[in-house]
Amino acid sequence: MKLINRKPSRRLTVFLGLLPFAALLATYLIASDMRLAVNPSDKLLPSFQTMADTMTRMAFEPDKRNGDYLLWTDTAASLYRLSAGLAISAVLALVIGLAMGVLPFARAFFAQFTAAFSLIPPITVLPILFITLGLGEAAKIGLIIVGTTPAMIRTLAQSALNIPRELVIKAETLGASSWQITTRLYLPHILPNLVAALRLGLVPAWIFLISAEAIASTEGLGYRIFLVRRYMAMDLILPYVAWITLLAFVLDRLLLALSKRAFSWSHLEGDSL
Amino acid sequence: MSKQPKLSVRDLFKEYDGAPVLERVNIDVAEGAFCTIVGASGCGKSTFLRMLLSQEQPSRGEILLDGSPLPEEPTPDRGIVFQRYSVFPHLTVWQNLILAREFEQAPLTGRLFGPARKRARDDIGELLERIGLTQAADRYPAQLSGGMQQRLAIAQALVKRPKILLLDEPFGALDPGIRNDMHALLLGLWRELSMTVFMVTHDINEAFKLGTRLLVFDKVRHDPQAPEAYGATITYDLPVDKSDRQKKELAETLMHDRPDTA
Repeated sequence: MKLINRKPSRRLTVFLGLLPFAALLATYLIASDMRLAVNPSDKLLPSFQTMADTMTRMAFEPDKRNGDYLLWTDTAASLYRLSAGLAISAVLALVIGLAMGVLPFARAFFAQFTAAFSLIPPITVLPILFITLGLGEAAKIGLIIVGTTPAMIRTLAQSALNIPRELVIKAETLGASSWQITTRLYLPHILPNLVAALRLGLVPAWIFLISAEAIASTEGLGYRIFLVRRYMAMDLILPYVAWITLLAFVLDRLLLALSKRAFSWSHLEGDSL
Repeated sequence: MSKQPKLSVRDLFKEYDGAPVLERVNIDVAEGAFCTIVGASGCGKSTFLRMLLSQEQPSRGEILLDGSPLPEEPTPDRGIVFQRYSVFPHLTVWQNLILAREFEQAPLTGRLFGPARKRARDDIGELLERIGLTQAADRYPAQLSGGMQQRLAIAQALVKRPKILLLDEPFGALDPGIRNDMHALLLGLWRELSMTVFMVTHDINEAFKLGTRLLVFDKVRHDPQAPEAYGATITYDLPVDKSDRQKKELAETLMHDRPDTA
């Protein structure tokens, strides 16, 4: 049989999926052991034991200075900023994207502006946000909004435009008003795309969040790893990166599960990642 | 005929960016007629149907429905069945069928709730039975076969009791056996609801079997140096007498023996 037609069994699929993770861990373990054998106080590739100890301290021992359990306060602060930013982005993108997709007048009004706005490198806006909004939460949430909204608007407007014209006409012949066509045809069609856009937006959202926290913050996952960078505390940075990755992965899967549950009709055809 | 025609088309022209597609189309259609429209690909028969639907506007000329010009946008007095994308993929079969009622009774939300929704669902029971989709009422269109989807599309188009039903190659993607069932369903509904029907088809047998009047679209003028120079018009307008095989053969000849139709 040709290679393109061969499929791994279910068990082999799981095994193959885990293999790269295992390979990465094994490589790290060997490299770390080799360095620590030469210099037991090496900071660059700490052992898993050291990292576990550090994380246990971060998670379960109160900080000496302010009594916080740092891992959880950092996580809560970052997740709050991330979700607030993405929620506001989603609402803005839904309203503007829907208007652009449905109404030619709104399209004429917004299209050029969002196209131009989306080309602003968001990080360059960060100083402006810090100056105008101060160093508090608003600037960090603002950066996520600036960074993710334009792309989401364009995705949603395009997905509204992709609805077959036949369906819109059919709705008209069934006596629907513009408002009814918007709420009962366009909205249900672009909501699955909103979730898809959110999943794609998670990546830039994390980047902007960590950047903003790195520059001006007193707590947060990004703040912590940039804070301990000066002590070369890899035993904290590496687990934090893994933790951030895990959070991003879980959020992505949750959004996918939500989409499959709420919009089962849109998952009836084809494979999806 | 003293009675006013249901629909009359007067000196209709349609061009896209200066290229004529249809020219000098004139026709009067009596109420209750079943007009089948045939012609080579790209001869403007679907364009003609889209203008009857107000999906597109004529470049010149006018279309009168009961003596007054057509509205500028699609309205419930003209139902439509497309070959594809005719039903709403995000709604189940019964939700597709109560949608028109929801639009009518709930201007703001476009949705019925509770007892009103229950009543709407109960009221379509007979219709579901008629199109053989009672068992499939809770399925989404993607879970239906092509024939079931088109039965649903026809039923949905008839919910508003349109005076005119437009069909754009509705059975083009279906198997021959299923087509026959669809023909029976369509003819039954047409007689029952006394609608005027316009149906575009590629299938000449289907055109003769279903229609009471056959319209052939073709180009009358042809410039070999500039094939796009002239538009098509109605070249043959045949009342269909089902027993008359000659007409069918004639039309088949007309359709297939022209050098410019591939």
